[in-house]
Amino acid sequence: MNYFIKRVLEIIPVLFIISFIVFVLVFVAGDPVALLLPEDAPEEAVETLRTSLGLDDPFYVQYGRYVVNMLQGDFGDSFRYGQDAMSLVLERLPATLELAIASILVAIMIAIPLGIWSSTKKNSSIDLVATGAAVLGKAMPNFWLGIMLILLFSVTLDMLPVSGRGSFSHLILPAITLGTGIAAEMTRLIRSSMLETLSQDYIRTAKSKGLRTGIVVYKHAFRNTLVPVVTIIALQTSTLIGGTLITETVFAWPGIGQLLIQAVNTRDMAIVQACVMVIAFFVIVMNLIADLLYQVLDPRIRYK
Amino acid sequence: MPDSLPMQNNLVKNSKWKRWLKLLLRSKTGTVGLLIVLTIVFVAIFAPWLAPYEHSVIDPLNTHKPPFWMEGGDMANVLGTDNLGRDILSRIIYGSQVSLLVGISSVVLAGVIGVLVGLFAGYFGGFLDAFFMRLADSFLAIPNILLALVMLGVFGPGLMTLILVLGVTNWVQYARIIRGEVLSIKERDFVRAAKTIGVKNRNIIFSHLYPNVISSFIVVATLSVASTIILESSLSFLGLGIQPPQVSWGTILSDGRDYLATSWWLATFPGLAITIAVLGIIFLGDWLRDVMDPRSVK
Repeated sequence: MNYFIKRVLEIIPVLFIISFIVFVLVFVAGDPVALLLPEDAPEEAVETLRTSLGLDDPFYVQYGRYVVNMLQGDFGDSFRYGQDAMSLVLERLPATLELAIASILVAIMIAIPLGIWSSTKKNSSIDLVATGAAVLGKAMPNFWLGIMLILLFSVTLDMLPVSGRGSFSHLILPAITLGTGIAAEMTRLIRSSMLETLSQDYIRTAKSKGLRTGIVVYKHAFRNTLVPVVTIIALQTSTLIGGTLITETVFAWPGIGQLLIQAVNTRDMAIVQACVMVIAFFVIVMNLIADLLYQVLDPRIRYK
Repeated sequence: MPDSLPMQNNLVKNSKWKRWLKLLLRSKTGTVGLLIVLTIVFVAIFAPWLAPYEHSVIDPLNTHKPPFWMEGGDMANVLGTDNLGRDILSRIIYGSQVSLLVGISSVVLAGVIGVLVGLFAGYFGGFLDAFFMRLADSFLAIPNILLALVMLGVFGPGLMTLILVLGVTNWVQYARIIRGEVLSIKERDFVRAAKTIGVKNRNIIFSHLYPNVISSFIVVATLSVASTIILESSLSFLGLGIQPPQVSWGTILSDGRDYLATSWWLATFPGLAITIAVLGIIFLGDWLRDVMDPRSVK
């Protein structure tokens, strides 16, 4: 419990540092006034707006105000949509989560069988193919894989929609694109984790008792491998979210990634800040969950 | 006597290279990796001589020409041309320059920052360590590509900005690894002995700790050249990296995406180039890890 409280408290300085980094970046980015007013706006109008937005205040006053607002979930209004930035981000969140969860499921469906299979037949041709596929999955840029899938399934075979969100068929290609990237790393880790478990004494004992290989592999080895696997899935959140950013652009998936990239291109800084903070918070919470799950799943691990 | 020394040194050097070569040839993937990497380096350096055309020469009468083995294609444009009639092969050859330049220089930049932070934080501990590790945690909570995107949005896209941004966003992994190693090495006897006889901290860090951590750095750095090349192409694909008329594999891919329905080769070949390059670097990096780090288990 002590450890839990310590870990939760550690989140606070991290979130503050992130907010500071983002604030400095936006501060450096310069004056949003130029974007808010028409180019031929009179000098006084510019000054009035600057003062009313508090842009004439010194750096620390602006940062202080920013932090106070941030703690209330207020990142200001998006000048493009004229709406509260935070609610715009939260509106897009379900789409991104849908894609992320579907991708994890795809990754699990590929990686677990492949990882187990290749570890039980180490150095066989199956193992070679599986590890080869994992390396290839890592080497292929995700967005290119997405484009190639569109080329094959949408353009050539005309089986699946090119882009957008809606029906289940819209989800298939983006989920496969993002899922295979994660599956590559996952397969490698499951394989090495399984290999380590399979060399343990209790596996030899189980085998020498005359248990069937299937039972030894699934009941004794795989269950113990689950601990690192679950942790890995949670720790991949950052990669996963990074992947959604670009996959969403390729497939015009209306999630946070698409919103963010549009916002970066139009310098809509309120949305950029809200996106970064929401994503960072999400990643931190998932990492915390990974840490705690590790402890719950494996009673041998007890943190001080 | 002193005269014979240089020759002996040469002998040692020679046999050292031979030993490395032997180790390399023992690994098939390592050899393939090195060959791919050397080829790309060669192509990037000699691009102006190897490429059949300038990368941005447009030819309005010769647009959307397919690769040579398809109907309508010929050997004048081996991999076809794009919507402006630019030769795809030439663009890919020139694109290797940007990919390698960005990949290597941003990894070097990130490495310098990361290794210094790791050495000092690990050695001195205390507040310095706590500060940098919290900073590292903060960077880790923001996906790399996200931070790079935001920074490129703020500072504007371009080659130099891209290198700087990727350098500044990627230092964390080196800092963490080097710090971890330093924490264990600094308790070893030779470091303690050096401290006892009054060697300056700066000298302990650079002549005792640094040589002991550099091999882990090289391994991680090699592998992250691969991920940086992918990151660069992703950012260029999103329009926030390399800007025309400069050409990178990511920008060719991004141009080609609009013509997917009619000219599949535009988006296919640059992606293939990225995949092969990254594969080569991963192979080389994996081999380096096996050779340089005896503790790592395959």
